[in-house]
Amino acid sequence: MSQAKVPVWVNVGLIPLINILLAFVVSALVILAIGENPIEAAGYLVYGAFGYDEGIGYTLYYATNLIFTGLAVSVAFKAGLFNIGGEGQAYIGGLGVGLLCLWLDASMPFWVIAPLAILGAFIFGAAWAYIPAYLQAKRGSHIVITTIMFNFIASSLMVYLMVNWLKEEGRMSPASRIFEENAWMPYLYELFEPFGIDIGDSPLNLTFLLALVCCVLVWGLIWHTRWGYQLRTVGTNATAAEYAGIDNSKVTIWVMLISGGLAGFVGVNEIMGVNHHLLLNFTAGYGFAGIAVALMGRNHPIGIVLAAILFGALYQGGAELAFEMPSITPEIVVVIQGLVILFSGALENMLKGKIEALFTRPVTA
Amino acid sequence: MFETIILILDATLRVSTPLILAALAGLFSERSGIVDIGLEGKMLAGAFAAAAAAAVFGSAWIGLMFAILASVALALVHGFACITHRGDHIVSGVAINTIVAGLTVTLGLDWFDLGGQTPALSGDGRFTSITLPFADALADVPVMGLIYSELISGHNILVYLAFAFVPATYWVVYKTRFGLRLRAVGENPHAVDTAGISVAFVRYRAVIICGILCGLAGAYLSTAHNAGFLKDMSAGKGYMALAALIFGKWRPVPVLLACLLFGFLDAVAVRMQGVALPGIGEIPVQAIEVLPYVLTVLLLAGFIGKAVGPKAIGKPYVKERA
Repeated sequence: MSQAKVPVWVNVGLIPLINILLAFVVSALVILAIGENPIEAAGYLVYGAFGYDEGIGYTLYYATNLIFTGLAVSVAFKAGLFNIGGEGQAYIGGLGVGLLCLWLDASMPFWVIAPLAILGAFIFGAAWAYIPAYLQAKRGSHIVITTIMFNFIASSLMVYLMVNWLKEEGRMSPASRIFEENAWMPYLYELFEPFGIDIGDSPLNLTFLLALVCCVLVWGLIWHTRWGYQLRTVGTNATAAEYAGIDNSKVTIWVMLISGGLAGFVGVNEIMGVNHHLLLNFTAGYGFAGIAVALMGRNHPIGIVLAAILFGALYQGGAELAFEMPSITPEIVVVIQGLVILFSGALENMLKGKIEALFTRPVTA
Repeated sequence: MFETIILILDATLRVSTPLILAALAGLFSERSGIVDIGLEGKMLAGAFAAAAAAAVFGSAWIGLMFAILASVALALVHGFACITHRGDHIVSGVAINTIVAGLTVTLGLDWFDLGGQTPALSGDGRFTSITLPFADALADVPVMGLIYSELISGHNILVYLAFAFVPATYWVVYKTRFGLRLRAVGENPHAVDTAGISVAFVRYRAVIICGILCGLAGAYLSTAHNAGFLKDMSAGKGYMALAALIFGKWRPVPVLLACLLFGFLDAVAVRMQGVALPGIGEIPVQAIEVLPYVLTVLLLAGFIGKAVGPKAIGKPYVKERA
């Protein structure tokens, strides 16, 4: 059975679609088990996510975070690395943004702070990914385990910094002071207002554009540069890459730097865009959700944007759903996310052979 | 001072128990070549099932049974993905952890309407502490009396069980035929296959054992250590058990010591809150909490000893075709 005989649309379109459908079918069974009507639930979900301007804004705001973490996971995937530390990298990226804003917001205008903060998010996120990358490349420790450990280390570090150094006097919860407004990423609705266009108040901000730019850059990097070629070669066959003269450990390190930096951009959206101060736990699982987004998006920027919007819609629609059907919690979205990872990731081979066999033309040997 | 030390060690045993159970669970799975980062999810599922069943049936033992069932079911999903369909072990583990994190809260809210928690357990719904014979009588004996009555006596059955599982695991893994095969499929599955033994069957049995032990760990959290299920109550203990497994280099006794060390750090961290040490000053709690992870990273990087896992770990076994 030769792979080449299977039509491309089956591999790129049909099989992923069937896997996602399976995940949704099982999710529907869960909703049925709770005693609610899955179709009605899906209706609320879609309405909540796309039915009105504000809903769409929220959907795209969630999608912004998911594009960053999805890209982060898939860049590493392409090089054969599993970066499970997006959560920690996003956390530390946010720390970078927060520190810059706290430092410069009183003295600098927005157009100085914004690029610096974006750079800071990238550098901090990348730095947090650098240590696991270095340890994998030079000391042979497994990147999956190290990045998991670094998620916990990031979490403890943040608690320590917030409680002991960055907490604003007189505040109950460990959070920094609110930044001056010139360190706020403008909301998109504010930018549309002068033109008389009302898109509804939502946290959607300019960071969304940064996410789209990142998609284009990642696409260019992976498929249209010499670096990307090296990256894909290492991911496909590390031994062959070594023989071809590609330095595997160098590739590992810079791929992880890019991956961590992309995850760090979550900090721009959350800290500069929405919260406007440093706080704990703003990453809220986006790092892990990025794995689902990358798997569903087949590690391609276009797929990732689509998958991120879908998951963003689930996040936003899930809130609406919980409001309309009180017996359902927003956590149902986490279940769906897990099922997508299961069916389009872990069980991707389950139906692949059978479906491919259906479309394989008999070849006379 | 002596009493404080005893109290810290006592707490160490309590905190270490779920780590020991989960780390031994991981030992069986990983020794057979199946990477398991789903310890966390299986433990959480066990905790939820135990608390839910104990609340409904009023018996901690029935709760334990359901915990094992839930956890083994998830272990079989992991096996189905990794063994039968040669899926990525890490992706499968992440899937299980994610599904459980959402599903426990979703079902909990629907069944009990307490915001995702289960009802508080009391009486037979919990595993209560067992006073060993003569514990009270010997309490006044200096030194040994305190050690016996405070440290050794007065734990629930699952704590003693966890410690008993360590020599049992050692025996199974190193002294039985199944153990030999288990280690062999983790190192060189082709050789095992050549000998006419099914690689898949050995691995499936390994993940089932892993499921049983994770179920016990979960039941401990919700029906022994606490009195009911709370959202995300495993709180990273599954990952810490994984760290202990690596730190103990996939061997039962060193794994036990790693779990005790991590448990001890946890117990000390709680005690040290706001306490200034002479000459050093106050050590931030977070610095102690983070030590298990830092130590594991250092060990993996070969800065303190060297951790080398089973050779065939994480690799799907594909039988060669003629």
